[in-house]
Amino acid sequence: MKRPFWTGSRRDHLAGYLFIAPQLIGSVLFVFTPLALTAWYSLHEWNVLADTFTFTGTDNYQALLDDPRLGDVLAATGLFSVGLVVLNLTLALLLAVLLNQRLRGTTFFRTVFFSPVVVSLVAWTIVWGFLLQDDGGVNGLLKAVGVDGPNWLREGGTAMVSVIVVQVVKNVGLNMVLFLAALQGVPGSLYEAATVDGASRWRQFRSVTVPMISPTILLTSIITVVGSLQVFAQIAVLTQGGPGTSTTVLVYYLYQQAFQFHHFGYGATLSVLLFAIVLLLTVAQWRMRRKWVFHES
Amino acid sequence: MSRRAKTAVYGVLCLLALPFLFPTWWMLTSSVKPVNEVFAFPPTLWPDTFSLDAYREAFTLQPFARQYFNSMYIAALVTVGTLAVSAMAGYAFARIRFRGANVLFLVVLTGLLIPSEVTIVPLFQMFHGWGMVDTHWPLILVPVLGAPSVLATFIMRQFFLALPYELEEAGRVDGLGRFALFRRIALPLARPALGAVAIFTFLHSWNLYLEPIVFLSSAEKFTLPQALTQFVDAYGGPMWDVQLSAASMTALPVLAVFVIAQRQFIEGLAHTGVKG
Repeated sequence: MKRPFWTGSRRDHLAGYLFIAPQLIGSVLFVFTPLALTAWYSLHEWNVLADTFTFTGTDNYQALLDDPRLGDVLAATGLFSVGLVVLNLTLALLLAVLLNQRLRGTTFFRTVFFSPVVVSLVAWTIVWGFLLQDDGGVNGLLKAVGVDGPNWLREGGTAMVSVIVVQVVKNVGLNMVLFLAALQGVPGSLYEAATVDGASRWRQFRSVTVPMISPTILLTSIITVVGSLQVFAQIAVLTQGGPGTSTTVLVYYLYQQAFQFHHFGYGATLSVLLFAIVLLLTVAQWRMRRKWVFHES
Repeated sequence: MSRRAKTAVYGVLCLLALPFLFPTWWMLTSSVKPVNEVFAFPPTLWPDTFSLDAYREAFTLQPFARQYFNSMYIAALVTVGTLAVSAMAGYAFARIRFRGANVLFLVVLTGLLIPSEVTIVPLFQMFHGWGMVDTHWPLILVPVLGAPSVLATFIMRQFFLALPYELEEAGRVDGLGRFALFRRIALPLARPALGAVAIFTFLHSWNLYLEPIVFLSSAEKFTLPQALTQFVDAYGGPMWDVQLSAASMTALPVLAVFVIAQRQFIEGLAHTGVKG
């Protein structure tokens, strides 16, 4: 007797491929093809007005190294990312610990701290832009307590701080919620044992809480680092990269070069640089996990 | 906890809550102030006189209703599309054994490391070549099929991995095919994960800013975030009163849904996040 061609396992193979087909085709079309094209474009001089596309080898990369603004851009990117990640994770953990104290009203505060996450990003940024003007609400509040506030968004030092704080307040609720869920997963018996051993609260936090939630710390820090490198709307709305180039982060510079100055080739080169940085940081964090992330098994 | 410690915790929480609440408060109250009061210094915490002029102006200066509709329908389509694509792919990667599944999963997953900012220049050229610049296609196709849906697929896969096999065995015995198993057994059980994916997909689309300003150029095609920044005077300075009322209209509906369903919002996101 002939066995039927469509056996259960063959059917399953076919079903598997059909199920993943949209995602796979989409990835090839909208992720990997443009990624390869980014690399290809970066080797070309692309003049949109004259409609010329000439192979120039590594000229764009030489131009990148010679770009007098590159140092400033990388410094701004680094400053923004470090400031954002440190402030975001510290605040998220602090809020999560405070809300984990089983006090009355924690649901209310949780809602408050999470609420900016659901406010439209540009709406949020516009309001802060309004508040941070020289004669805006923040300085109005400061004046009420007798402090003369600076022109937050137009002065070199405070512009970067403002952009970081606006972004942290917008998104810290997400990490807070992830930390909160992780904290609730730490078995109470561990704290009881630590108390019996006479460990102080700070010691318990360092030696019980942090190791137990370290997988979540790793996850949130990877998400936050990658996210910090993608900041665009906040810069575009609040400071337009200024004053000077003090808040011109890499993505904003990329946008300026490609879509304002129409240097598509150079824009692609900056994209390659951005990709390299994201890749490097993610791999580095993933490798570091062996050192400090605690696993039960 | 001692009384003093409790007071201290509440004090810190209230102080920290200020920058989270104040901007939204400010946006909503300022949006109903007459223009001269918006700029009063020191500012008023509650409007002295109510005025809806700024709201009216938002609709006359730009096709704001049309832009509102654009954002809504794009976010809705992206959410539905992402749910379909990611639930199917996530299910297949978790439950169906087929050749190359693991390798293909890793290939798809690398999309997480490629932010859309990296590929924006060639994407613009590709859509330009297809005649889709200044249409909504790039804002729908790229999130549903490209990098943003990879995270959704990952979350769905994590969820389906944890589903007991016995549930499907019963269906198999009843002679259900693969698609029926997915559609009738796995999918209804996946509602919490689908909910979380729907929330963050909707917010992602609703917040998109770089892509609209790169791809769209005519006002009636704009999405909300892009439209908000277009309320400017002849010198390019922002018309704050109109921007604030338009921002309020953008933020308020989502905020209202969130306040009503905050438990599902927060817990759904937290639990899918932790599993990943």
